Amino acid sequence: MNRHTIAVAALAVAAGLAASLPAGAQDAKTHPEPAGFEAAAKTSWSKVKPDEWKTRLDTDETQQLCNLYRNNPPPDIARKIMEMNRATVVYPADGQVIGDWKKGQALANNGRGGQFSDEPNTVNGGNCYACHQLDPKEVSFGTLGPSLTGYGKARDFSPEAAKEAYAKIYNAQAAFACTNMPRFGATRFLSEQQMKDAVALLFSRDSPVNK
Amino acid sequence: MPINGRIAGWTAAALMSLFVAMGAEAQDGASSEAEIQRYREMISDPMSNPGFLAVDRGEALWSTKRGTKNATLETCDLGEGPGKLDGAYARLPRFFADAGKVMDVEQRLLWCMTTIQGLDTADVIKRRFSRPGVESDMEDLTAYIANKSSGMKFEPQLGKPEEKAMYALGEAMFYRRSGVLDFSCATCHGEAGLRIRTTNLPDFSKPNKSAQESIGSWPTYRVSQTALRTMQHRLWDCFRQQRLPSVDYGSDMVTALQVYLVAVAKDGELQVPSIKR
Repeated sequence: MNRHTIAVAALAVAAGLAASLPAGAQDAKTHPEPAGFEAAAKTSWSKVKPDEWKTRLDTDETQQLCNLYRNNPPPDIARKIMEMNRATVVYPADGQVIGDWKKGQALANNGRGGQFSDEPNTVNGGNCYACHQLDPKEVSFGTLGPSLTGYGKARDFSPEAAKEAYAKIYNAQAAFACTNMPRFGATRFLSEQQMKDAVALLFSRDSPVNK
Repeated sequence: MPINGRIAGWTAAALMSLFVAMGAEAQDGASSEAEIQRYREMISDPMSNPGFLAVDRGEALWSTKRGTKNATLETCDLGEGPGKLDGAYARLPRFFADAGKVMDVEQRLLWCMTTIQGLDTADVIKRRFSRPGVESDMEDLTAYIANKSSGMKFEPQLGKPEEKAMYALGEAMFYRRSGVLDFSCATCHGEAGLRIRTTNLPDFSKPNKSAQESIGSWPTYRVSQTALRTMQHRLWDCFRQQRLPSVDYGSDMVTALQVYLVAVAKDGELQVPSIKR
C-alpha cells in the first residue's frame, strides 16, 4: 500500500494532474460496464424475478467500486470501502466470539447453500476449505486464500485477535478492500452462531488447526 | 470419425468405476495429481471415450429431415459457408450477417433449425442438457460439429464491431462481482496456479496455456454426469456455483463470455470431445 501511495503521488506531481482528477484516482484504471451490458444481462436472465435481481444480479456500492477498479482500488477508495464495511459489523451481544470448534470444522467442510440447485431449506456452509488450509490433516484444501493452520496459536489465543477474526468472517472487506472473501455476516449468509463456531475452529486450543 | 458405439457404451460403465476408485485414492497431493494425469492419458484414447457416441448421434441428426420444411441441417452455415463444418467450431462464436448478431455454435444451430427446417425448437431446448433416458440434440450436434475442428487451433473472430462489442461484454461479465457471496468468474479464474480444494483452476485473466488447455477441451464427456457437456452447460453451471440465478440457454451473455474465453485461449488446440471427471 505504501509503495503504491508513493507511486501515485509521484505520478500526479510529475504530470501536474493532482488538481484536475479526483484525489487518489490518478493512476487507477477504471473499467465501467460497457454500453448494453444491463440490457444483455436482462435478456440473458429473462426468467429471474425482480427480487432475485436485487440480491443476485444487482450490485451494491462495495461491489460496484470493486468492479470499477477490478479489485485494485486506489488508496482513498480502498479506505472508503473499508469504512463502509466496518460499519456493518455487529458483534455478538454477549461479547463471546468463540463457539464450538467441532461445529466450525463441519461448517468449514460444507459448501452448500445459495446455489439454484440447493433445496429451499438448505443450511448454508462456510466452505472454508475451498480456499484455505486449516486442519493440517485435511489434505483437500484450496489455495485461493492464505493458510490458516496454527492461526490461534500464532496469535497466542488472544481474545482481541479472536474478535478481529470474527469481524473478518463477518465482513472481510472491513479489513481488506475488495478481497475475494465473501462477507458472510453482512450478507446474512452465515448466522452469528456459525461464525462463532468458525472462530472456535481458529482459536480453540483443542482445535486441530492449532495442533 | 465415428467409432463403434457398443465399445464406447460399455467402456462408460468401466470408466465410472475407475473414477470412483480414483476418488478414494486421490487424497495425497502431488502423487495423486500424477495418478490423475496417468488416468487422463489412459482414457484420452478416442476408442474409450463415450463422448464419441454423441458425435455419432450428432452426425445422424445433421442429415435427418425434420420440421415443417422437412429439411436437413446440411445447408446450415456455421460461418464457413453452407454445410462446411471443417474448422467452423474453431472460429466460433462469430458475427452472422443474416441473423444480425454474434452467435455461438448452439445459438446458430437453433437459428438453422428454425429458419432452414421450420422446427419448433421448444422441445429441443427442453432437452438441452441430457439426463438418463433423455438425449440432447444440442449436445449431440455440438459434439459432432466441434469434432470437425479437433486438432485445429482456436481462431477468435474479433474483427467486426459486433464481435468487439461482445468481447467487451464478456470481459465485463468475467470480472463482475455480484450476488450473496460477491463472486465473479475472476474470483476463481483470475490468477495462475490456484486451486479449490484439490481442483486446479485454469487462469482466464490473460492468454496462457491453462486457458488453452481448458477451453480447447470442450465439449467434453463428464464421467461424473455420464453425459457429454458443452460450454453452454459449463457456463450455466459456473453461474450456479457463483450463486447467480439460472442463466437462459443460448443467451447473449453466455455467448459474450465464450467470445472472451476463446480470445484468452487463442492458438490453443482443440482436442474434442475430451473426457473429464
